[in-house]
Amino acid sequence: MLENIKILYHQGKQYIPNLRTVEAPGVFRGRPVISKESVDNEALKECCPTQAIAVNPIQIDLGKCTFCGECAIAFPHKIKFTKDYKIATNSLDGLLVKEGEDKPITLNADLIRAEIQHYFKGSLKLRQVSAGGDGSCELELGACSNVNFDMGRYGIDFVASPRHADGIVITGPITENMAKPLQTAYEAIPEPKIVILCGVDAISGGIFVDSPAINRNILKTLKIDLYVPGNPIHPLTFINGVLDLIGRK
Amino acid sequence: MSAIVIKNNQQIPVTSIPVLDYQDFLIFNTFLLKSEENHCVNYFGIVDNKNVKLFCCIANDANQTILVSSSIINLEKTYPSFSEQHLAFEKFEREIHENFGINYTNHPWLKPVRYSFNRQQPKNTIANYPFFKIKSEELHEVGVGPIHAGIIEPGHFRFLCNGEQILHLEIQLGYQHRGIENLFLQKKKLIERNTLAENIAGDSVIGHTTAFANLWESLSNNVVSEEIMVSRTIALELERIAVHTGDLSGICTDIAFQLGSAVFGRLRTPIINFFQEWCGNRLGKSLIRVGSNHFPLTNELKTKLIVLLDKFEPDFDEMCKNTFHTPTVLGRLEKTGIISNPLGKEIGLVGMAARMTDINRDIRSSHPYGYYPLLAHQPILKGHGDVQSRGQIRREEVKQSIHYIRKLLANVPLQQEEEKIQQKLTPNSFVLSLVEGWRGEICHCAITDAKGELIHYKIKDPSFHNWLAVAMSVRNNEISDFPICNKSFNLSYCGHDL
Repeated sequence: MLENIKILYHQGKQYIPNLRTVEAPGVFRGRPVISKESVDNEALKECCPTQAIAVNPIQIDLGKCTFCGECAIAFPHKIKFTKDYKIATNSLDGLLVKEGEDKPITLNADLIRAEIQHYFKGSLKLRQVSAGGDGSCELELGACSNVNFDMGRYGIDFVASPRHADGIVITGPITENMAKPLQTAYEAIPEPKIVILCGVDAISGGIFVDSPAINRNILKTLKIDLYVPGNPIHPLTFINGVLDLIGRK
Repeated sequence: MSAIVIKNNQQIPVTSIPVLDYQDFLIFNTFLLKSEENHCVNYFGIVDNKNVKLFCCIANDANQTILVSSSIINLEKTYPSFSEQHLAFEKFEREIHENFGINYTNHPWLKPVRYSFNRQQPKNTIANYPFFKIKSEELHEVGVGPIHAGIIEPGHFRFLCNGEQILHLEIQLGYQHRGIENLFLQKKKLIERNTLAENIAGDSVIGHTTAFANLWESLSNNVVSEEIMVSRTIALELERIAVHTGDLSGICTDIAFQLGSAVFGRLRTPIINFFQEWCGNRLGKSLIRVGSNHFPLTNELKTKLIVLLDKFEPDFDEMCKNTFHTPTVLGRLEKTGIISNPLGKEIGLVGMAARMTDINRDIRSSHPYGYYPLLAHQPILKGHGDVQSRGQIRREEVKQSIHYIRKLLANVPLQQEEEKIQQKLTPNSFVLSLVEGWRGEICHCAITDAKGELIHYKIKDPSFHNWLAVAMSVRNNEISDFPICNKSFNLSYCGHDL
């Protein structure tokens, strides 16, 4: 018993007091900023492994970006990744970062269904399904509930059964072999339900987009409530995105 | 000569690999496995006109060599299986059967491995697979998955239980199959392939990407600086510390030991946050690049890492001492999920799962690469083969990794001017790369054609060998002990399914 108290004393307080404003440590690659400088457009496009960079005007699609930073290393004056981790949004357009713009990524309030904030503002239970995810987004989603990030403080938890859930969090590019189980899990969640795509693989297919082993047809039938970019997603990106979606301060 | 003798990461001409008659091929390779110092690191096939060419790679752990032999087989004929001689080949032959439809006469169980998109029998799907059944009034079946209760990857577990006791467990994988090996051929740019390697398994980013980079540098005749080798070694050992610590947290969670669960969980955070400080990604994605290093370990980072480890170690020690001295914890861990030493050898276990049952198998000492020859690594071995051994081995390996990192940090050479990377691969070549990830040996193989284009890329995650051990370990245990048995191995679904 005394031993346990000693450990608790040594551990001290580990939680991050304010998840909305805390600064990410190190050289975190969050929202990119693209300058107006002119560069060799073809070379810029070529350095991206996932075709996330489009030209005329130059823009990065955060739904395709794997956040490897290769473009910023090759063209340091053209592209910079900032430490802004608030990059989740609720529309595909919102994921586009254009050259010359340096503005925060936010959710489009018009696209948030009224019932979401009405029902889920105080408590949100989510069911996670990995459909070909490499385990990295899954690790980070697990970390959301650890003692550091402690997402549970907002009443947001992951639950074991889809029948207990208010929404589904999908990771991975959606493999052919997981397409059916994913559909079943989605259908088992009672209405109204929210759908969150987590990580580059889930949002766009990422590096796997043209693999014959994946089947993304289910996405054609779903209304997506939140896109959380990253490879893997950062816990702060996920938590802040969900808080914005359910209308918490 | 029956096989060519090579070293880890050595580039050889494909034509130098002897092509044997299948019967000689079978006798030669299965005979090698009768000796305990040999184990199979890879056995795969490639299409060769209308035939299939099989390559078998047997590592000799005593003299740092790998014996590679090959054989061309006709798909219309039937062949005796290797598995009948040694169980360690069973998964490899199932994979070969699934991909090419080779007819084996005496393979024990040609169950599909992962329902790959290019399998020979597209009508057999993962959904209509008939599970193994036993007809009995006393027994009942329990099906778990593919989607599990927690935030983990999918796989299906089918138990045959006698009351609370597990009689038999069948594991069905393949849900995570993304066609990665095929994408290595489909994608032509180096950065695309480098990114693919990073996305094989998210908990072994450094392990798999190092295997890829070592292989690619050998295949394209690039020599990397000492600084890069040291950085990669530090990254590999950091990954080991992070995942082992997270697993200790997972083991505590599964036995409802809340203090250990919370403290080990939070102890993982500073380690993965260091990866973020170093390269901008908590799991080390973007850190390992073929022939170069975008993120040198600066003096500032080195100091941070030393301070971090100095703070981490006493906390880790204190929590381990508490965990492994708590009777209720030991009551759950000891004699649970045992894999005996002879069974482990029969299965052909690798990595941590082998060492916990006193099988000395560790690529860092048996086929050292990069900076490991200078560390003179001595593997940590445990003898009981139970969950307790798998917990203890993590505790001691974390301590060993901390020791190695401190040693390496004392002499990281300065970053040198980077030389331009040679992109062209040597034509008609074969390279095999072995890396000891935290889970065990990772093996990547590549073959090029006459133009220097990649024609085959083969990945083997340690989980490929070890999944059978999970199924065997739970027999005669209570079904409530399944989660802790599974967690104590912590095998990869995506690394297996590819």
